[in-house]
Amino acid sequence: MSEIILKIDGKEVRAEEGMTVLEAARSAGIEIPTLCHHDKLEPFGACRLCIVEVQERGRKKLVVACVFLAADGLVVTTRSEKIDRIRKMIIELLLAHAPDSFKLRQLAEEYGADRNRFEKEASFCIHCGLCVRYCAEVKQKYAVGFIDRGIRKEISFIPEIAAKECPDCKECFPLCPTSYLQAAFVLTESLAFPSS
Amino acid sequence: MARFNSPEELEKFRQDLLSKRDPNAPCISVCAGAGCLASGAREVINAFEQEIEKQNLAASVETKGTGCPGFCERGPVVVIYPEQICYLQVTPEDVPEIVSTTIVGKKVVERLLYEDPNTGEKAAHESDIPFYSNQERTIISNNIKINSKSIDDYLALGGYSALAKALFRMSDVEVLEEVKKSNLRGRGGAGFPAGIKWEGSRNAPDKTKYVIVNADEGDPGAFMDRALLEGNPHSILEGLIIGGYAIGAREGYIYVRQEYPLAVENVTLAIEQAEQYGLLGENILGSGFDFVVKVHRGAGAFVCGESTALMTALEGRVGEPRPKYIRSNIKGLWNRPSVLNNVETWANVPLIINKGADWFTSIGTEGSKGTKIFSLVGKINNTGLVEVPMGITLRDIIYKIGGGIPGGRKFKAVQTGGPSGGCIPEQMLDLQVGFDELTKAGSMMGSGGMIVMDEDTCMVDVARYFIEFLTDESCGKCVPCREGLRQMLKILTDITQGKGKEGDIELLEELSETAIEASLCALGKSAPNPFLSTLRYFRDEYEAHIKEKRCPALSCRELVSYYIDPEKCKACGICLRKCPVDAIDGGKKKIHIIDQEKCTKCGTCFEVCPDRFGAVTKISGRPVPEPVAEEDRIIRKSKTK
Repeated sequence: MSEIILKIDGKEVRAEEGMTVLEAARSAGIEIPTLCHHDKLEPFGACRLCIVEVQERGRKKLVVACVFLAADGLVVTTRSEKIDRIRKMIIELLLAHAPDSFKLRQLAEEYGADRNRFEKEASFCIHCGLCVRYCAEVKQKYAVGFIDRGIRKEISFIPEIAAKECPDCKECFPLCPTSYLQAAFVLTESLAFPSS
Repeated sequence: MARFNSPEELEKFRQDLLSKRDPNAPCISVCAGAGCLASGAREVINAFEQEIEKQNLAASVETKGTGCPGFCERGPVVVIYPEQICYLQVTPEDVPEIVSTTIVGKKVVERLLYEDPNTGEKAAHESDIPFYSNQERTIISNNIKINSKSIDDYLALGGYSALAKALFRMSDVEVLEEVKKSNLRGRGGAGFPAGIKWEGSRNAPDKTKYVIVNADEGDPGAFMDRALLEGNPHSILEGLIIGGYAIGAREGYIYVRQEYPLAVENVTLAIEQAEQYGLLGENILGSGFDFVVKVHRGAGAFVCGESTALMTALEGRVGEPRPKYIRSNIKGLWNRPSVLNNVETWANVPLIINKGADWFTSIGTEGSKGTKIFSLVGKINNTGLVEVPMGITLRDIIYKIGGGIPGGRKFKAVQTGGPSGGCIPEQMLDLQVGFDELTKAGSMMGSGGMIVMDEDTCMVDVARYFIEFLTDESCGKCVPCREGLRQMLKILTDITQGKGKEGDIELLEELSETAIEASLCALGKSAPNPFLSTLRYFRDEYEAHIKEKRCPALSCRELVSYYIDPEKCKACGICLRKCPVDAIDGGKKKIHIIDQEKCTKCGTCFEVCPDRFGAVTKISGRPVPEPVAEEDRIIRKSKTK
């Protein structure tokens, strides 16, 4: 692996080729907020909270740091008026669904997001996919998945698999930023698990 | 069945075909595209076959179901060769007369010809009808000449000669250079230069490469690709094989939406026929080039028209776009270099190879070369498919080809580019049609949908409609698209229902910025366009809805009231009888009154009130006048009448 040098918020950062901007930043102690990222999982690029500005060959563009690869000579800006405005909007959109999520409220404070900007539609799940991907990529059990699409999309446990695999695992529970996952599990358990 | 082992064998077969075909023999071509089939073309074809049999003409007259010639408004369309007489809206009952008069008697059936609505003049040939004569039909013109299930018909018109030329008289690099030189830009949406895309794949180090046809046409009201794939599937196959040769791919895919059964049927058959003739498969025409094509049916998600989502779906996974910042021509299907082009883009390739890049670049504008097929729909007299040179003005398309707006209504806007395109207002009708020109105007070329709107269309409601479509079709993966659109739809719906608030426009603008800047794929990035373009040109309509609770187009149901003008009501009783909720009070010689409490605003009274009275009116933004006093409701006979 060859070493590359990029600049993040004016600071020179040494990284290895193949690292994402997020990995490079975090390795240098520069924090970029994320919701759907997990070190053990493939980059997902869904919450878009880690949006940053990169400058490559003189051209500036907005990209998400969890997917965009670090490159030699790349110039990254992790905060700007525009970036903060977009992050604030993303947090506000999600707060409509999970107004009491600790993680979201922390972020709201940082970015001055208004918890009540959008009408509450408390579905709790914010579709970060951590549970679905952890179960598939790390545990390879596929006990929880996404169903439907767009604004009707939700997570759902597959009772046949969940009944067998979940009781002794539950490793996804602490990953959930809204605690909705546990509720979904308990619901599945009570409705669809065979009575022992 | 013949299998050609060299270009000479192909050419000989073609000459044999032509020598067996008498160019002066009568042939009846009936459009068998989905549109005409829906208006009874199958019955017309059957009627022709029976009548030909009955009149003992079967040996000398051919009847064929062909591809769509585009004039869907007047289907089923029938063209009689060799005279090329064009009959419109033909029914099975017309068939005996056509056979007796035109086939046998060599005379024209006047009543079935196109009649100019202004001059009343009849036009006997396709080329005399303004709808056709103002087009430039290089791709779609063969549709009506070809039985869409016959490879021989395609060969007779010179089919696969471009492939033979590419394989034997050009190197793969020369083919690539020709396409690059033609500056053919993708017909599916973004208008990316096809040659550059091809070159990227060709130069990618991976040896396994793919070429793919994007036939996941999903824009509301758009059916260009369907017509090509149904009507002339071999032209797309030929383009795809040439593309495979140029970039070094040995496998191609056609991703076609499930909702196009006839296209799937015809293109699947075309692949079988091409394989039998040795035009697909191993050692094509003896050149040593191997190439196979598979058809994949899409499962019905609009987002799968997006390149990375399409490839993910092709791999058998949920059709969601990939988040990676790598072009799919470098790492696409199964992470291999993959060239994805739209149906119409591929259909242009054989023409460019045969006629040359110079011919292609002689048509069009500086940045946009060649022709483009549009599906012209909405409030337009001549609904259908039109193929025009790039650079033609919107005005010419709408008025010269489209025949203007029906019912004497006034033009308001034309929506181009599909759901994430934009609306272009009347003052910009002289805009030249081209990729960059349309983008500059806040819309886009898209795949070629063109929806014409008249003065009765509410632009806020149009934006709401398209945002609703996109909300429904968003895959739901990223927040700016899924959640942003959800909120935009809520706000737009509120505005059209009279619940708009100060600040709504600004909030919509902010949501648009987030979607454009932060969405994962092109669907989300372009989704705010319907709002932004209508706001740009019709801001006053937004403001009227929000501030005055008025819909200027008198279209939004919640903002409109129906009112009977007591001065004009003749107490004819029609609206009273037709009202489905008995909301109208009246009687003989008694002025009718609508009970606003009961009225469900269905608009029936407005539609049935005779034009000569015009007593029922729509009101928006102001209160409905108080009903006339009971004693004044009796109509006394006027002395003058």
